[in-house]
Amino acid sequence: MTSQTIHWYRYASPGNLYQLAGQLIPWFAVPASALFVVGLYLGLFVAPTDFQQGDAYRVLFVHVPAAWMGMVLYVVLAFYAAVGWVFNARGSSMMASSLAITGAMFTFLALVTGALWGRPTWGTWWIWDARTTSTLILLFLYLGFISLQSAIDDPRRADRAGAVLALVGVVNVPIIYFSVQWWNTLHQGATIRIAGETSMAGSMLVPLLIMIAACWLYSVAVVLARLRCLIRERESLMTRSVVIE
Amino acid sequence: MSWLTMPTMGGYGFYVWGSYVLTIAAMVGEVLFLLRRREALRDRQEHA
Repeated sequence: MTSQTIHWYRYASPGNLYQLAGQLIPWFAVPASALFVVGLYLGLFVAPTDFQQGDAYRVLFVHVPAAWMGMVLYVVLAFYAAVGWVFNARGSSMMASSLAITGAMFTFLALVTGALWGRPTWGTWWIWDARTTSTLILLFLYLGFISLQSAIDDPRRADRAGAVLALVGVVNVPIIYFSVQWWNTLHQGATIRIAGETSMAGSMLVPLLIMIAACWLYSVAVVLARLRCLIRERESLMTRSVVIE
Repeated sequence: MSWLTMPTMGGYGFYVWGSYVLTIAAMVGEVLFLLRRREALRDRQEHA
């Protein structure tokens, strides 16, 4: 048994959260930058040309991470929004608000890069198939969350309203994920499988995984940076006690 | 992939470079916006 207890509730206080976020950012930002360089190098120079798709498949090194982040960040957003709502934890609600813009950005990128890949591969920029449509809905959910929160002046009420929308919308994420199995879609099925064999050559899989890892780390870093801005903007009384670097 | 075939991407240059440029621009843009937001906060604090 350890004599030291981690006081998790300590981080529920925005002042401590502000400092913790500041300490964590470099640990995510630096590896993210390094992994982006390695991932881009491997993806553009080392990975071989695909015998079916030619070089068009290289779009997937940015498309797949963007699509993953769009979905993952929404689930994380809904989680923090729910915790903030249920436990009345301001820090948690602010975390949810910080996640929204990055999530929306990645979802937008997934849609646009998907179009750029679809044009040469499918012969069309856009198709109303299950996965693309549900991903578009995800973007609207993010935008709805952002505009709803910015439309309400009282931050606590904005947090609660946002939490309701986030929790209702989270049902869309499994729909996106399983859409390629549930419906007969033009969008291909999962390439990276948690259970079973991954249907991708190692020289292509490694850069993809590196890009995904880089996007994860990048997201954590920018979300924490935005959280710090948000804490300072909201807790104007408290900021006097926060040490400004 | 060699330096010679790199710009054309086997005829898919527009699609491949388009998606990379857009993705990188969005991420760099997000970081710049955040830095500006932080600067604005710092200025406000100094003048307060």
